[in-house]
Amino acid sequence: MELFLQTLVTGIAVGSLYALIALGYTMVYGILKFINFAHSDVFVLGAWISYEVSRAAGWVDPRGIPWWAGGLVLIGAMLSCGLVGFVVERLAYRPLRRAPRLNVLITAIGVSLLLQNVGQLPFVFGTRPQGMPQLLEDRVLNDTVLGTGTLTQGAVEGTVRLESGFTVEEDRRYSIVLEPSGGGARSTSVVSEPGRYEAGSDVAVLPPVEDNGAGYRLIRAAVVQLRLVDVVGVGTAFVLMLLLDWLVYHTKLGRAMRAVSFHPANASLMGIPVDRVISFTFVLGAMLAAAAGFLWSQKYSGLTQPAAAGWVLLGLKAFVAAVVGGIGNIRGAMLGGLLIGLLEFFGMTYLGTELRDVYVFALLIVVLLVRPSGILGRATVEKV
Amino acid sequence: MGSLGERARALRPSGGAALVWGLWPVVAAVLLAVVMQVWVRPMLGDFHAKILLDIVVNVVLAVSLTIVNGFTGQFSIGHAAFMAVGGYTAAGIVYYGSYKVFGDPLVHGGTLSTMVAARGFPLLAGGDVLFAASLVAGGLVAAVCGYIVGLPSLRLKGDYLAIVTLGFGEIVRVLIQSQTTDVLYEADEIAATAVWKLPRYLGGALGFSGLPFYTSLFWAFLVAGITLIVAYRLKVSSYGRAFLSVREDEVAAEAMGVNTTRYKVWAFVIAAFFAGVAGGLFAHTSGVQLNAGELAFQKSFDIIIMVVLGGLGSFSGAMIAAAIVTVLPELLRKPGDLAAMWPYALAIAGVAGVAWLISHRRGRVLPFVKGLTLVGVVALGIAGIAAVAAVRGWDLGKYRMVIFALALILMMILRPQGLLGVREIWDKALWRRGGRERRVKGGAAAGKGAP
Repeated sequence: MELFLQTLVTGIAVGSLYALIALGYTMVYGILKFINFAHSDVFVLGAWISYEVSRAAGWVDPRGIPWWAGGLVLIGAMLSCGLVGFVVERLAYRPLRRAPRLNVLITAIGVSLLLQNVGQLPFVFGTRPQGMPQLLEDRVLNDTVLGTGTLTQGAVEGTVRLESGFTVEEDRRYSIVLEPSGGGARSTSVVSEPGRYEAGSDVAVLPPVEDNGAGYRLIRAAVVQLRLVDVVGVGTAFVLMLLLDWLVYHTKLGRAMRAVSFHPANASLMGIPVDRVISFTFVLGAMLAAAAGFLWSQKYSGLTQPAAAGWVLLGLKAFVAAVVGGIGNIRGAMLGGLLIGLLEFFGMTYLGTELRDVYVFALLIVVLLVRPSGILGRATVEKV
Repeated sequence: MGSLGERARALRPSGGAALVWGLWPVVAAVLLAVVMQVWVRPMLGDFHAKILLDIVVNVVLAVSLTIVNGFTGQFSIGHAAFMAVGGYTAAGIVYYGSYKVFGDPLVHGGTLSTMVAARGFPLLAGGDVLFAASLVAGGLVAAVCGYIVGLPSLRLKGDYLAIVTLGFGEIVRVLIQSQTTDVLYEADEIAATAVWKLPRYLGGALGFSGLPFYTSLFWAFLVAGITLIVAYRLKVSSYGRAFLSVREDEVAAEAMGVNTTRYKVWAFVIAAFFAGVAGGLFAHTSGVQLNAGELAFQKSFDIIIMVVLGGLGSFSGAMIAAAIVTVLPELLRKPGDLAAMWPYALAIAGVAGVAWLISHRRGRVLPFVKGLTLVGVVALGIAGIAAVAAVRGWDLGKYRMVIFALALILMMILRPQGLLGVREIWDKALWRRGGRERRVKGGAAAGKGAP
């Protein structure tokens, strides 16, 4: 049961990031009827720009980071990637507005390669993997604090004495977080046998600590861990998706976007500046991808080089999410993202981790064969 | 007057003549391959011979992808997966077969099967039969994969097909890396394992090393020759016409009775076969560590760049582009050499520029002259950049993919038909003024002499 819940949590967390990326794919397809291959590279760019901005601002050491640092980096990444999206659309896609679909596809591949490999150049991001600084505290929200107080050394080496009694249950994990007066919080794990430990009795810990007189917090780890990173990630993603939904369905600009997606020629006859709407759509998609990139970098802090295979697979999965949900349909993209995230992680937990990409891909094949328009998509009739 | 069928049958050449007509290109290909290996190879140094080998293998890949992307217009971007499948199959057969037959994994072929300078042994030996069989087997397995991949995917159009083939490429890589384990090295262990169990031991994530290096200029040229013959004959046959019709307008083709799905799958299978054979060649090249991780989307994109630059639908264009794409990284590595060609570039640009001026006065500038001037100017520009790079000590190798990506984008914006469009380099229409196409798909200019 706990495994199920944990998988559910992770699946939703990652799925909402997939949804953010899938929104970009689906919006561009809805408007221009082509798949922007380069979109996943904007996501990667967002992650790397977040890293560079954090480093430039000096927010590397976990202790010196103000609470608003994450938000600032997020906005910075979104703005830069929005700019990238705008430039790409203007220079690479607009000249090909009337070209056959194949040409645009090849151009999109070219842009994708360009973004990846420019990102790898030594004066941009380089090819060495970097660790993203944690701008959000790495805290598990639903751990229980069993007691606090002052620590004393135990009689035997490797043990400590606590001020209050507690019970060590089987299959639960306990840790002690120390806050010595000189600064520098540390934590150590409780490794005693299950049983009741009264106040003042020896509790075995590993690694051993020798901070006599430090303040401590005794924590019992939750079975299904809700990390702050995940909660903030899902929350941000949902807020952004709600904003997008409001934008597209309840504003004039959104109506313009939907009109252009429905019939560009007629929309321009109605006075809608089609080129500007298209540019705006690209920028919007790129900003969402950048947000996903930032959130991803917070969750999985190892950033590999921009042209690594792992990023391509991520983008592919987000695209699958867009297709599964119904490409061209915004709510479908959100649904598809969550679905793919859940599928991937449940597949990993119950069927084996090596084939994580195969599960997602198999779903794509099935959907394309059985219901090509996706879950929420409309079947389009091909006119001769 | 007999019926149409009787009259058509009467026009067919008799058995002997038909056989010669059909087979002389193959004989010519074999002879060319032997000449390259026996006479030309010792003349080139080791380094240049290796580059030539790479070019020829890439030519096979580019031509095979042209069959699918160019002739049939189906944009498949997971081609390297077929190469991987064929390569691993051939490697498994040669490696374990070599153990079972000869007792060790060394080259047991003749002079035609080695890149080391010719030794005067017998031309072909037992090991060569094993190698040739493994290439064919690799191709067949890849073709089967092509069928499996093609059948469901070919119901999809353009963008979806591209994504699905890309995904399949990645899946094949994942499966090969995760479902295989380390290669067996002990002769007795190999003898003890049943044949049908051996496919598990193909190297896993570390790749398949320790293969005998059978690939030589002979095999490469032979395979390339056969591939080109097949591609050309396909193009001018009824199959080729069906492929081209599918590319031009699928709905119209279906309306005319062309079974588009059948031809699309056929194109896929044939292309996969040759990619598999090329993979087998690649696996047994000296200095190559066969690793599925390297035969993934990066390699697929390399092949796509070759096909697109050459012109979708022209396999001579694909050949030229394959040569350029293979040689460019080597050139980039030594910017000094690249810069040293500036006198030639200047000469070409100068002569062509003068010819332009003269013919402009006369009223008509040949496209050939225009093209040559462009080539000269571009070469000068490249030489200039290379000179700066040589002086400043820049490493241009890192910019290879950036250059290709930019080239791809600029090509699509400025000259989407690639170098040769749908024409082959021997088509007279290519050199004649007019008859230019703007679209990647052949288009209305097809009447002017495209086969």
